[in-house]
Amino acid sequence: MKNSLVQIRNLSFKYDENADYALKDVTFDIYEGEWLAIVGHNGSGKSTMAKLLNGLNFPKEGSITVDGLLLSEETVWDIRDKIGMVFQNPDNQFVGTTVQDDVAFGLENHGIEREEMIKRVHNALESVKMEQFLDQEPHHLSGGQKQRVAIAGVLALRPNIIVLDEATSMLDPRGREEVLETIRQLKASQEMTVISITHDLEEAAKADRMIVMNKGQLYREGSPEDIFQLDEELISLGLDIPFPVKMSKMLKGLNIPVSKHHLSEEELVEELWTSHLKM
Amino acid sequence: MMEKMIFGRYVPADSVIHRMDPRSKLIIVLLFVCVVFIANNAITYGALVVYTLLMLAMSKVPMRFVFGGLKLVFILIIFTFLMHIFLTREGPIIFELGWFKVYEEGLRQGIFISLRFFLLILITSILTLTTAPIAITDGLESLLGPLKKLKFPVHELALMMSIALRFIPTLMEETDKIMKAQSARGVEFSSGPVKDRVMAIIPLLIPLFVSSFKRAEELATAMEARGYRGGDGRTRYRKLVWSGIDTLMLLLLLALTILLIIFRT
Ligand SMILES: Nc1ncnc2c1ncn2[C@@H]1O[C@H](COP(=O)(O)OP(=O)(O)OP(=O)(O)O)[C@@H](O)[C@H]1O
Ligand SMILES: [Mg+2]
Repeated sequence: MKNSLVQIRNLSFKYDENADYALKDVTFDIYEGEWLAIVGHNGSGKSTMAKLLNGLNFPKEGSITVDGLLLSEETVWDIRDKIGMVFQNPDNQFVGTTVQDDVAFGLENHGIEREEMIKRVHNALESVKMEQFLDQEPHHLSGGQKQRVAIAGVLALRPNIIVLDEATSMLDPRGREEVLETIRQLKASQEMTVISITHDLEEAAKADRMIVMNKGQLYREGSPEDIFQLDEELISLGLDIPFPVKMSKMLKGLNIPVSKHHLSEEELVEELWTSHLKM
Repeated sequence: MMEKMIFGRYVPADSVIHRMDPRSKLIIVLLFVCVVFIANNAITYGALVVYTLLMLAMSKVPMRFVFGGLKLVFILIIFTFLMHIFLTREGPIIFELGWFKVYEEGLRQGIFISLRFFLLILITSILTLTTAPIAITDGLESLLGPLKKLKFPVHELALMMSIALRFIPTLMEETDKIMKAQSARGVEFSSGPVKDRVMAIIPLLIPLFVSSFKRAEELATAMEARGYRGGDGRTRYRKLVWSGIDTLMLLLLLALTILLIIFRT
């Protein structure tokens, strides 16, 4: 296995003294360069997890270590430099009045020289293919374009880890694919670690590893293949299984030999059209 | 619509005035407001008119944009004029019709004061028509910079203004959506007695407020996640450049001022 980049140990968190635990005794690692998908029902604590990771909230119990730094009041700003976050609502994270101002916002916060800023803004927008929209105002952009600008804003700060908290859930399928494709390319070219919190199981199926959250606790951790084997169990947790997995299972149920539970439609189609069905 | 009402109506174009630094434009407008009060006779007012028209011509903003938004202002100006005609009773009578008398001083003051009012409006319109709102914000932030030493929250105010500018279109869209949603539920916004129409604002405002607070919270989180920790140690991406034109324009205003002082009575 690769190097562990983030260690989360016995993490618990409550929003309010009297409230229930939003997170309870969660322990796991995040490895360098992986794509980790976190899934779970509404209110299972995924966003809470993301906010703790970035020091936007502080844990009641337990510890978080990012790249060797233990998260505390003193290290929180250094840790924020290492972790970029993209949130769900494209409008509510767009700070600047134009695309380039928005990308520059994080750089301005870090006191980066203007010359350097201009370079980084252009590079970041180029890598998300938004360089021709430099002076565009946010209300003239589509949701997917705004999310790509948000990604550029994060990229300009050169984090090691990028956290997407349902960053594609308000987009149409086209916008969603645009954003995910952008992330995939970036991950391949820049050695980034991606943590994607999502309700889209097709997307999660493409991750290297998955974590299933349930009622504030870590329910299961494993590869998408392993996780989707759970099927009935997943459904009882308020999740679904991706269509190709369901399809493979049903085919098996009909005694049609399918080698495994395929995670992607392409794989399944590939096997079906190359197989010699004996019916 | 509202955007235009609040923040002027920026008309992008390539003119000398457009290219000026927002700081010099702000200073000129501010000084002009004082200079206008020096004028007190036909020559000096004439000079002010010439100066303002010169600015207007240099700005290359089409007339319909300049006067389009000034309807309400014209009513005010005419009202001011009439007030003076009716109420000032000094100097010889120059017109008489039954009980209605117009005094020379009344006419003079009426013309001068409404002209002064008109010129002030015109010069500020030129500022807002030729300067993007965000540039005005930058200019203000830079000009008010020295007040930071007195603990005046200049950076925070500028940030507030720029976020307000950024969110106006978003909130307009949202208002529109909520209006449609409430109309679908039977709320009448545009017909019925005035009282009902005023009451209809409530189901519009409450959802708008709730969602604005939610937006504000999410925006604050997003800003913090991107390392925002107040104005200290921040650098600026937008840069203001003071050029020769700016100095020249200030000198032009200075020349006007001297002219006015010489020719006033
Ligand atoms: N700001 C807050 N104040 C108080 N309680 C909160 C707050 N945010 C979340 N919670 C509570 O914490 C729990 C976990 O919420 P969280 O937002 O982490 O869930 P989630 O897994 O991200 O859900 P979703 O899929 O809907 O985004 C929920 O019970 C929620 O009600
Ligand atoms: Mg969430």
